[in-house]
Order: sequence, then C-alpha cells, then structure tokens
Amino acid sequence: MSADLWAPSAQVTTLQQRAVILRTIREFFYQRNVMEVETPSLSAASVTDIHLASFNTHFVGPGYAAGLDLYLQTSPEFAMKRLLAAGSGAIYQICKAFRNEEAGKHHNPEFTMLEWYRPGFDEFALMDEIDELMQLVLGVQPAERLTYQQAFEQVLGLDPLVATLEQLQQLATEQGFADIAAEETHRDTLLQLLFCMKVEPMIGQDKPCFVYHFPASQAALASICEHDERVAGRFELYYQNMELANGFNELTDAQEQAKRFMDDNAYRKKNNLNEVPIDSRLIKALEHGLPQCAGVALGIDRLVMLATQKQTIKEVIAFDVDRA
Amino acid sequence: MANYSTNEFKGGLKIMMDGEPCSILENEMVKPGKGQAFNRVRIRKLISGKVLEKTFKSGESVEGADVMDTDLAYLYTDGEFWHFMNNETFEQIAADEKALGDAGKWLVENDVCTITLWNGSPIAVTPPNFVELEITETDPGLKGDTAGTGGKPATLSTGAVVRVPLFVQIGEVIKVDTRSGEYVSRVK
Repeated sequence: MSADLWAPSAQVTTLQQRAVILRTIREFFYQRNVMEVETPSLSAASVTDIHLASFNTHFVGPGYAAGLDLYLQTSPEFAMKRLLAAGSGAIYQICKAFRNEEAGKHHNPEFTMLEWYRPGFDEFALMDEIDELMQLVLGVQPAERLTYQQAFEQVLGLDPLVATLEQLQQLATEQGFADIAAEETHRDTLLQLLFCMKVEPMIGQDKPCFVYHFPASQAALASICEHDERVAGRFELYYQNMELANGFNELTDAQEQAKRFMDDNAYRKKNNLNEVPIDSRLIKALEHGLPQCAGVALGIDRLVMLATQKQTIKEVIAFDVDRA
Repeated sequence: MANYSTNEFKGGLKIMMDGEPCSILENEMVKPGKGQAFNRVRIRKLISGKVLEKTFKSGESVEGADVMDTDLAYLYTDGEFWHFMNNETFEQIAADEKALGDAGKWLVENDVCTITLWNGSPIAVTPPNFVELEITETDPGLKGDTAGTGGKPATLSTGAVVRVPLFVQIGEVIKVDTRSGEYVSRVK
C-alpha cells in the first residue's frame, strides 16, 4: 500500500457537483411518487451472466457457525424484483454495485448505480422518463432513438439480425480485428466487439441515443418481443462514447428465467468459469407474480463524468480502487 | 519468455506481435455492461517505430519480448557500425544503420544514449533529449535582428539541419531538443 495515495482522486468541487446531482435525482423520483428502497449488498446468490464476475465473502456469526457464502451484488436487480413481486409499486435505489475484473477509465470495481422499476411501463415509456431525467441533469436535447439493427447497419452496412458467423468474422477482419475474428466462434462476441468499438463512437454524440430491440441472444433479463422473436425488449443509452444505462421490458416468466440462469451456468461449466448459485428466491418471486414492468440501471459515476466533463471515473469518485 | 495476460498489460511492457518486439503505450479496458470485455491497446513496434492500435479479448495472453534498455556512451563509427560502450563494464556494442535510425545526426562522442536490445542485439538507439552541437554552415544574419521571424536553416557538425534565430552564427554551439529537432538556445 502506498501511503502517498491518501488524497482523494476527485476534486472536492467535483464531489460538490456530484452531491447536487444525487439530490436532483432523489427529488425527481420524489415528485413522481417512486419510492426509494435499499436492498442487500450481500446475498446468498448472484448473477449467472457469463460476462460478470462477482466478489464473494464468507459470513460467520450467530446462526451461521459453519459460515455462509455471500456474494457482493453486481446490481440490486434481483432483490428489487422481489420487492416488486411483493407489491412495492414503483421503486428506485441508489447503491453501490460490485464487479470483479473491471477497472479502467470508465470502470471501477465498485461503483454507484441508480436502478429503478416502473410497473405498467413498457420499455418505451421508461425511455421517455430516462430522457426527462437526462435533460434535467445534463441539460441535453431530447434523445435520439435507433433500433440495434438500424444503428449497426447505419455504421457497418450489415444487418446484425441475419448476418452469419462467417459474415461477422469477415466484417471484424475488415475493421481491424483479424486476430479475434480468426478465433471467435460466438456471434454475440463479434457483435459486441463491433458494436462497442465501431458503432458506439458514431452514435449519441450531440445528444443521448437510445438503442433498443437488442438481439434476443443478448436479452439478459428482458422479455423477447412478440412482434419479432429475433429481438428483445432490451435497450441501452449512449452519450458521448459512454454506455450510460441498460434497461429491460422485464422478463416475468419464472420458467424462462430459470432456464436462462441454467443455460448460463452450463456455459460457465463448459468454459471453466465458476458456476454461480442460482437465485431461487428470485425465481420463487417470479412464480408468485412479478407485475409487468420496465426497469433500468444507470451508472451514476458516468453520469457525473458527463455532467462535469471529466474523462476518467476516478475523477468523480472520492477514492478509486488505487486509493481505496 | 513469459506470457502476459491482458491484466498485466501496462505502459512499458514489452510483448511480441507479428514477430516483432513491441512496447505497450496505453491499455484501456472496454466492456459493455452486458457482454464480453476487450482491451484496446496502443502499441509501438520497436523496430519499425510504427504506432498502432490493437484489440484483445480480455483474458488472452501474449508472448513477452526479451527487450531491455541500456545506457551506453557513443564512441565512434567505422562507417558501417556505430560503436557504444558501457562506462562501467567497458563492454562495447555495435549498432547497424537500421538500429541507428535517425539517431545518427544527434550522436556526439561520449554522450550517453539509450540502446534498446532485443535478444541481446541492438534494435534502436535513442540519443539524449538535449545535445550541444556546433554550427558549421548558415547564412549570415543581420546584426540586431532578434525578432522571431521564423529564423533560418543551420547545418550542424553532425550534418543535422535545424532552424535557428537569425542572430546565431557559424562556429557557435547550440542546444537542440532531439525529440522535436528544435533549437533551444545558444551555449555560452
């Protein structure tokens, strides 16, 4: 540990601006009758998403003499959905989320997330509300909206929903990713590579941009669209090279959710990744009944970066991981 | 050589790419919230000097390159090789024209240069950031003209040509920044 790094990575004036933004967000939801909640950071289960790595720890204490494995949550999604199933109505939370293996200009292993859920909203109604919050906090123009297919085709000239693996490999090679393309056999990995390296820098520069109808294979916890099974009710918000928010028209089908978790774990097992205990309490809550709703997670640190024109996440948090 | 995973990437790490030793300049993780993480890396190829951007899937490994920098004093050239010596061990190393690159025009006897060795052989020569050289040729300037009007070209004892202010004359020794090739000052 280097004692030299005692001082904050953010200027105090930036932290003052951050405090004002947090207050603005809380006021925004207070005005709309969305209840602030708090859910556990430590949970017995965690996310199975193959691209997320959880921290875990071990609780020993009264009632748990033999100990209890607990996971630091990568987002408060599962617990908040259990609240929704219990009849909470519209809720929001501002909390720390924890993700192992992530650090960089836009990443810190612990970061602050704003997550909220709107029963009765579909993803489009929720995008409207996010847009209002963005205009309020960032003073930006109303956001643009593109489908994933439109954004991808517009920049790269290939339809991502019908492109074959070979076509994506060829496109990736042409775009300067020959080494990855030669080895990669997952369509989604190539789509993610092309989208984040080539499409993201070309969209949402003057004003925020929602990209919706992500491919069904990247649905995560979103429902599949009834009108087109190739796409999901999942959207992302981009602004000035920053992925700012990810939202879903939430999957309410317990069986389908359990299947996705098990498929993830099967993939994890096959690829030497740790299997993760499936959150059976979330599945039970979905069986009990999750109201149709839309939800979104928004990175507060990145929002503050945009509001204060900072280039790195460490400049908007008091102490980054190097100083933690 | 050891292999390095993307988590070990940082500025200055030497790795092999396309059969050429390279130095990492910058490493940045790029990861969608839902999806594969990548490392976008800026790399300098140490032989060609080319700077390029390369993307790796996070978690991949690459072979390290046996590259080290050593500080050696310039001795002389025999026309084919440029000879350098370690002032402590008196060990000598000869660099060819390819390894020398543009450094030749800044070499002053006994100046300490950084020689980059790959598998023990020199692949690059970096002169000191500042060198002092005598002007051997330049147009006579008008006396009293000290205005910064863009100056005039001057040829130095090593053959290098730099722009100097009009008042600087033949026979004077000047200090030059070798990184930019720009005149810094006269040396009294």
